[in-house]
Amino acid sequence: MSSLVAIVLVVLAAVLIGAFGVRVSRTTSDFYVASRTVTPLWNASAIGGEYLSAASFLGIAGLILTYGADMLWLPVGWTGGYLVLLVLVSAPLRRSGAYTLPDFAEARLESMVVRRVSSVLVVLIGWLYLMPQFQSAGMVFRAITGAPAWAGGLLVAGVVAVNVLSGGMKSITFVQAFQYWLKLTALAVPLVFMLLAWRADGAPGLQAGDPWALPLHGREHPVYATYSLILATFLGTMGLPHVLVRFYTNPDGRAARRTTLVVLSLLGAFYLLPSIYGYLGRVYSLSLDGPDSVVLALPGHLVGGVAGELLTALVTGGAFAAFLSTSSGLAVSVAGVLGQDILRFTDGVRSFRVATVIGVAVPFGLAVVARALPVADVVGLAFAVAASSFCPLLVLGIWWRRLTTSGAIAGLLAGGGLAAVAGLVTVVGGPHGGWAGALLAQPAAWTVPISFSVMVVVSLLTPGRTPPNVARTMVRLHTPETLDVDRGDWRPRSS
Amino acid sequence: MEPLVAVLVVAALVGVPAVVLWRVLSGRRELGSGPAERATFETLHTASLAAPPLRAGLTQAGVLKASRHLRQLLGSPAIAITNAEELLVYDGTGDHHAREAFDHAASTLKDGRIQVLQLSCTQPECPIRHAVVVPLTTDDRVVGSLAAYGDHTSAGLVRAVQEVARWVDSQLELAELDRSRTLLMEAEVRALRAQISPHFIYNSLTTIASFVRTDPERARELLIDFADFTRYSFRRHGDYTTLAEELRSIDRYLTLERARFGDQLQVTLRIAPEVLAVAVPFLCIQPLVENAVRHGLESKPGVGRISIVAEDAGSECSITVEDDGLGMDPEHLRRVLAGEERATGVGLANVDERLRQVYGDEFGLVVETGKGAGTKVSMRMPKYRPGVTVR
Repeated sequence: MSSLVAIVLVVLAAVLIGAFGVRVSRTTSDFYVASRTVTPLWNASAIGGEYLSAASFLGIAGLILTYGADMLWLPVGWTGGYLVLLVLVSAPLRRSGAYTLPDFAEARLESMVVRRVSSVLVVLIGWLYLMPQFQSAGMVFRAITGAPAWAGGLLVAGVVAVNVLSGGMKSITFVQAFQYWLKLTALAVPLVFMLLAWRADGAPGLQAGDPWALPLHGREHPVYATYSLILATFLGTMGLPHVLVRFYTNPDGRAARRTTLVVLSLLGAFYLLPSIYGYLGRVYSLSLDGPDSVVLALPGHLVGGVAGELLTALVTGGAFAAFLSTSSGLAVSVAGVLGQDILRFTDGVRSFRVATVIGVAVPFGLAVVARALPVADVVGLAFAVAASSFCPLLVLGIWWRRLTTSGAIAGLLAGGGLAAVAGLVTVVGGPHGGWAGALLAQPAAWTVPISFSVMVVVSLLTPGRTPPNVARTMVRLHTPETLDVDRGDWRPRSS
Repeated sequence: MEPLVAVLVVAALVGVPAVVLWRVLSGRRELGSGPAERATFETLHTASLAAPPLRAGLTQAGVLKASRHLRQLLGSPAIAITNAEELLVYDGTGDHHAREAFDHAASTLKDGRIQVLQLSCTQPECPIRHAVVVPLTTDDRVVGSLAAYGDHTSAGLVRAVQEVARWVDSQLELAELDRSRTLLMEAEVRALRAQISPHFIYNSLTTIASFVRTDPERARELLIDFADFTRYSFRRHGDYTTLAEELRSIDRYLTLERARFGDQLQVTLRIAPEVLAVAVPFLCIQPLVENAVRHGLESKPGVGRISIVAEDAGSECSITVEDDGLGMDPEHLRRVLAGEERATGVGLANVDERLRQVYGDEFGLVVETGKGAGTKVSMRMPKYRPGVTVR
């Protein structure tokens, strides 16, 4: 009962924020106050709030519980992705002035075709990411109320669509930042009580002879699956549409780097928690109706009584906050790209509205039709698509001046296309068995190299197709803002 | 379930390219039926293929792409195109003639006359025995030449080469036009750049002068503000600045105006921190604030309020400047913005023009006003637009 109250509260808060907007932007007569930028800590919290989805909140603990130590690579990779982002991408991307990934593609390669291809991929990744959020919402809602599985998904999809349509999801850096701390609290407070209960129990360990803690032991073809997972998570983070738009809020490249650094530590702190949930779940060997429900079931099992019920309510509320914040961020990004680059009605507002409805309805439909795979696995597929399409585009685009338009298109289509097909086959028909199943469920290990090599080889074969202003773009991407150099003048689009 | 899914996936993978291919091909099938119609179409189609590369002007890259189509149009074994200085392309059989091609054109380039040449060739199987050279002209000036090589000449061929050359001329003229239009647009953007109003300079200096004796410290601070403001406004480099930078300049401007109006002028700001880093055209908001002060408040008794709001709107940011002053006659304002009537100040029309230049017509100013009803000016700016970056 109290869990239902928690859900209602979280949903109500989200709807109210959407309906009235948050006047977090200060009303003042002081210019100094008004023109203060978002600090890296706030910005990083906002990124964390948007990034920590159902997969992080519920999924990781479930997979660790089921498959053991190998799955620790998930939280490591989802944090480590920001390290790669920090070193290779964050500052140059900010200096490019791009707001979305298609913007970057256009700025660097000066081609509308690359922009379109990137837009389609952004939408695909967004949908693959949204779908499991809706599924998890359905799962949690069913566990609390006994409603059919689609009801929870419909609730989240509806709230997100209404919020985005009413314009309530704009200027919400501070709301999303608050979400991070809410999610952290919602996992940490129950954990404290559970650890106390565990100590009081005499701190039991794993059952004797349980191979759970051994590496390379959980799933089929563990070596391949582990390396593929590492590749997808480390390289996929930079290609997530809802993460990158947050970097625009940083005033310059230096602030972008600082933000990424803070994100690393915030995520590092958060991801300790689900791992311990997974361990405790294993120790007490709960009977579950799916790995993803361990986080919800554990507090009630360990603590019990009214306290246990309240803690379960806290976790449930946190889970719904995770569904809503991630889905909203994704829906805004997907709808923006869909409306601006793919639908392109003459009326911008109508375009955005139709795009929002399509952008939320399609993944909801997929969520109802597709089989319920573990949420973290499906999100992993979205990472794989991002890693084999946008990672090569960003890394080569920023660090290799011989990248050509044809090379970029070929690489995006080959890598992104193959990973997307693998993802769809797994989501719609899977999971499959044997080597084929492993290759399809964790495609990154083969699609990332394919994408990189196609991009490099095709670029080398078409040296005439390098964008005309590549030198100027490179100067802009790599020169710190404080240096006074000629970064080129504006020229009107001639066509 | 699974076979059905597999069928669907295969159908999508095969179907989508098939539909695209069909759309492309069906455009070709719907040609006329008779041979004459087909010939007309083929000719026009070949010409239209040659046109885009020529629109870049008489350049090596463009001519190289166009030459194949031009040769097809003329039906000759080889053609050569030169500019006034050198051979740009020799396309077709008999590459050993390429070396002499510029010499063939030399006399045409000099006097602009058509030449029909008989060539000597040592290779017996080479089909190139004759050449027709015609000038390419722009504004009655010879800028290059077009030569058709073949095994015979006829009056018909000479006419054909002449016609093709004239068609190329018209493309080159269009190229020239394109170039001047681009130059004009750039010049316009430069000319429209930030102008600070002479009224403001005059008013500020008199205000500062009035403080020099009574409050020299204040006068000094104001003078520094004035210097900073003018340095920002007169800076030479860069057409864009960040919204944060622009707000700082507005702050200095309002400090000077407040010195003049005292508590009569009240300013409220609501700025979403997300949009502070957006690149905006240099001095695009300050004129609106100045407009609000001058037209809205100067001639009105009592306290005047101005509010400046910048909001995040997804891939755009929206900025509003509102005052509760005297307002304007909407019809008069429409004429000023349409350029039919000179306004008294520089403000709105200039900003409107620049926004349209940079972002396109759908991003012009939106003004809501009425006599005695205050004025609200809003604008939208995309967060990213190629080329719009702060230095």
